[in-house]
Amino acid sequence: MARIAGVDLPKDKRVEAALTYIYGLGFSSSRDILKSAGVNPDTRVNKLTDAEIAKIRSVIDARYKVEGALRAETTMNIKRLIDIGCYRGMRHRKGLTVRGQRTRTNARTRKGRKKTVAGKRKK
Amino acid sequence: MARSIKKGPFIDQKLLKKIDALNAANSKKVIKTWARRSTIPPEFVGHTIAVYNGNKFIPVFITENMVGHKLGEFAPTRIFRGHSGRKTADKATTVA
Repeated sequence: MARIAGVDLPKDKRVEAALTYIYGLGFSSSRDILKSAGVNPDTRVNKLTDAEIAKIRSVIDARYKVEGALRAETTMNIKRLIDIGCYRGMRHRKGLTVRGQRTRTNARTRKGRKKTVAGKRKK
Repeated sequence: MARSIKKGPFIDQKLLKKIDALNAANSKKVIKTWARRSTIPPEFVGHTIAVYNGNKFIPVFITENMVGHKLGEFAPTRIFRGHSGRKTADKATTVA
């Protein structure tokens, strides 16, 4: 149905919630967009008029970086850190926590699945 | 927590003075420093600064991308050579 920023929005949801299906938009940015587009956040996506969709699209284009552009920016930022050889870049390179979290335990999101090491438990 | 904007970035004044002198003389020389906490201002770009890591001085060539980072970020203080394998672990137990 309504395609915004290259993403199909779920038809039956309220626009406010539907916009958060776009990468880079959460509830507060979604509300902000609808407010400046003058669209009632409670309307369902399939009840939106074409004019309203165009309005929403233009607001997003003008004010927000979403989807591919945002992803590209994030990877560029990480690449920059890696290239200049700073501490944060090295942590990214090694796939370890970047912001000083502990790695003795936890940190599984960064380190991936647990690899068992023999003799780790002793004393 | 980030530093207050009111104060501006912390830059080691003695180091900045030395770099300014180099810029004025248009010369490049490696400067040793212990000021790991100093932010890198744009004036440093193009110089090589030897940053102390607690053991020795690590030469850091400052590029434009590094502006805004701290000197210490480029001179790691710990070296990780990998965990002990089975061999090294056996040796350690026999010694102890």
